[in-house]
Amino acid sequence: MFEHYLNIFITTVFIENIALSLFLGMCTFIAISKKIDAAFGLGVAVIVVCVLTVPLNNLIYNYILREDALTWLGIEGTNLEFVELISYIGVIAASVQILEMFLDKYVPALYNALGQFLPLITVNCAILGASLFMVEKDLLFTESIVYGFGAGFGWALAIVVLAGIREKLKYSDIPEGLKGLGTTFIIVGLMSFGFMSFGGISL
Amino acid sequence: MSLKQYQEVIINPLIKENPITLQILGICSALAVTNNLSVTLVMCVAVTSVVSFSNLFISLIRNYIPSSIRIIVQMTIIASLVIVVDELLKAYDYETSKKLSVFVGLIITNCIVMGRAEAFAMKQKPLVSFFDGLGNGIGYSIILIGVAFIRELFGAGTLFGYEILPLVSNGGWYMGNNLLLLPPSSFIIIGLFIWLIRSLQKDQIEEDDFEVSKHSTMPDLSKRELNV
Repeated sequence: MFEHYLNIFITTVFIENIALSLFLGMCTFIAISKKIDAAFGLGVAVIVVCVLTVPLNNLIYNYILREDALTWLGIEGTNLEFVELISYIGVIAASVQILEMFLDKYVPALYNALGQFLPLITVNCAILGASLFMVEKDLLFTESIVYGFGAGFGWALAIVVLAGIREKLKYSDIPEGLKGLGTTFIIVGLMSFGFMSFGGISL
Repeated sequence: MSLKQYQEVIINPLIKENPITLQILGICSALAVTNNLSVTLVMCVAVTSVVSFSNLFISLIRNYIPSSIRIIVQMTIIASLVIVVDELLKAYDYETSKKLSVFVGLIITNCIVMGRAEAFAMKQKPLVSFFDGLGNGIGYSIILIGVAFIRELFGAGTLFGYEILPLVSNGGWYMGNNLLLLPPSSFIIIGLFIWLIRSLQKDQIEEDDFEVSKHSTMPDLSKRELNV
């Protein structure tokens, strides 16, 4: 049983890394990776939000939206899958907002560290993408917790690594037009080729 | 609203303020869907229509949105538009919709849509916002189609599925570049596009974060004496 969960975790972190194999959350990935500190803070925030929202969306999908999901209420023959997107994004926006208020009130230290990144996360496609892939893979509730953590962790790992590389590259002599954004794209491309070598490993 | 302003909001995002190469918006989908021109084209149409209409609707109600909940209101409008696009695709072009899989849904969090709503539609009149959305959508499409063109032509030797460069495996002469068929190659192509655009538009070049100090040990090559 434990092995099964470990498999899901390793697969989501390395083989199907949400940033470098599935290319989700790229905008923030490229925009906020200049410094390791900021990248680390954003990474932690993504992990927290992923762990919260993926299982929540799993419950919503299985008990409300799925075909014939409302039988526990005695209603049959429903299929609400067409409002899938709007409900997930609603859950994500709401939980980010609640998390922000909660941290502000009870854990101010963490709020100061993560606060500025939280609104950014609502529009981070890594979060919505994790929920959509969770549905596509048809995971159980407990599996979805592990999947959410793995997805967030993989993204955080990737952004910290990229920030590290960019800090190292700061003093290198790069052609004018490639400075900044251009090289970042090429680095991400090379990193992602690197991560492709994990592909084909079956656990 | 003068005609000139409309021209500006449509023309500027094409190259000068391109959403992908300058504003860093909407990159995710630029990578995953560009190995095939026809799929890319569908994605471009979808994004362009969503961004123009979301700009229009958000701008129409901009004076009634309380600023504290504006993100959720914007999200709801965008998500509804994306659902319409998704259902339309499923109904009329099921094949492509399968190929795009979750990326249609991800238009919701495509930052172009959100970014333009927040930066432009919340402040400007409806019609001009609509055209701003259109311009940004087209700017996004130019880069995507450019990437897809290179990837499909040199990777698989085809365009829109028609054979242009006959592959060796089919008895032709062209050896396909398999590297270009892999998704990460689009990062590198976009990187090179940025290089090209910034060589033409010098003002886009980013400044260094630091200055070379005056006591640098780097030799001054211009004053070097030549021993001929």
